[in-house]
Amino acid sequence: MAEALIEIDDLCAWYGPSQALHGIHLEVLRGEIVTLLGRNGAGKSTLLKSVMGIVPRRSGSIRLAGRELIDLAPHQIGRAGVAYCPDDRGIYATLTVRENLLLPPVVAAGGLSEAELMGLFPNLATRARSAGTQLSGGEQQMLAIARILRTGARVLLLDEPTEGLAPVIVDRIGELLAQLKQRGYTIVLVEQNLHFAAELADRHYLVETGRVVDEYDRAALASNMEQVAARLGV
Amino acid sequence: MIEIFGMPLSVIAGQTMLGLVNGCFYAVLSLGLALIFGLLRIVNFAHGAFFMAGAFGAWMLLRFVGIGYWWSLLLVPLLVGLVGALFERTLLSRLRGLDPIYGLLLTFGLVLVLEGGFRLLFGSSGQPYPVPNALKGTLQLGFMVLPVYRAWVIAAALAACALSWWLIERTPLGAQLRAATEKDALTQSFGINVPRLLTLTYGAGIALAAFTGVLAAPILHVNPSMGSDLVIVVFAIVVIGGMGSMFGSIVTALAIGVIEGWTKVFYSEASSTIIFVLMALVLLLRPRGLFGREGTA
Repeated sequence: MAEALIEIDDLCAWYGPSQALHGIHLEVLRGEIVTLLGRNGAGKSTLLKSVMGIVPRRSGSIRLAGRELIDLAPHQIGRAGVAYCPDDRGIYATLTVRENLLLPPVVAAGGLSEAELMGLFPNLATRARSAGTQLSGGEQQMLAIARILRTGARVLLLDEPTEGLAPVIVDRIGELLAQLKQRGYTIVLVEQNLHFAAELADRHYLVETGRVVDEYDRAALASNMEQVAARLGV
Repeated sequence: MIEIFGMPLSVIAGQTMLGLVNGCFYAVLSLGLALIFGLLRIVNFAHGAFFMAGAFGAWMLLRFVGIGYWWSLLLVPLLVGLVGALFERTLLSRLRGLDPIYGLLLTFGLVLVLEGGFRLLFGSSGQPYPVPNALKGTLQLGFMVLPVYRAWVIAAALAACALSWWLIERTPLGAQLRAATEKDALTQSFGINVPRLLTLTYGAGIALAAFTGVLAAPILHVNPSMGSDLVIVVFAIVVIGGMGSMFGSIVTALAIGVIEGWTKVFYSEASSTIIFVLMALVLLLRPRGLFGREGTA
């Protein structure tokens, strides 16, 4: 049985005086794909940001392979092998495509090389000198994923990677994530696209107003799709 | 004799040259200021004081240690830059995320400490600093006479700007700087130590100010208030050029220097106010500055 790689206990987070997370409990096993499902504003993005340490204030416990992350600065969490892809993709306008790709430093061995990434994403090679934000939405999403694959980080936090993208690109991303799981990556995914999540992930947590209210494994979600969809308001 | 608007060409050329030299001082100073504001979002009131510290550093090295101009050009920016980095690391960094007024107050307080300290040690009257032997003399250009030292200042200042541009636009470190300026939190999440980058950048901006001070020492009297005379103009230049744009600051600085020079020739009463008139115009018509990007106004 796989051991828990990420253990989150009683995680609370605040934006100024407003509390966004109220005691989150969840865990992610090594090599799993786990999705966070929920309506807009439920706190899914905040949860990912809290793991990365980029919310103004948080409390509780976040352990990565037993190591406590709650007191660490964001750059130390990045160095610990956790990589984050925000929901706006986070592509820098003041950097070229190639500079965007090479910006995140290598934090562990085993990441993909620049050549391998150009092979996986040929568009990035042809547009290497363009400003990052001159790429299309789908290309920017590919760039955002490519650059964190170079770092060697084995834990990926992806915030709505398929949002606003054409079905063809969504399929490509799904294939890519499935391949990464084969290679042993651990992935936490925030997804509004229920079918995408259901097809890809091992387990799902349902988040409502800053709390984990339910948990489904693959089979359970498959047999409860309509109820879950209703709770998500889709 | 050729005349333009009633002024001899040699006079105009001479004043243009002097204006260009001033513009070069402004350019390197505003480059440092824009660099610091762009990344740290700090309005560095202490910039002029560090310029003054650079000039005094060169003077003190010569007077007390016997170290001359050329070594000072290298050592003084390094030493003063280190002091700046220490100041950022120990004091300024604590103000991150607070109201900008605190940064203003702290750097303004530092000005009082630095200027007061130097005034206490060396008095208010200017100390002379000799032009190095290799740069003495003048060049005959036909239509005007150009002092060698001033030609050197122009060359050195432009070289400093070019080096800074190259570091920021063409190196991985510069990419990290641009990334941290655009998106602080995300850049940190990649494992980049942004707080250390901020310290480094502040130190670099201060080093640029001190470098300008060494360049200025043989031309201006080395005195405790030489920085505050210049810094107001430099602030106006950064506002006109655009707070986030280093290129804009350099171009504006050179232009302002020349415009100031011409104003001295044709209407000297306005020469100290012309820049503020220009600043007011820019703020009215294009508040983000001539080269500024959106969101930096």
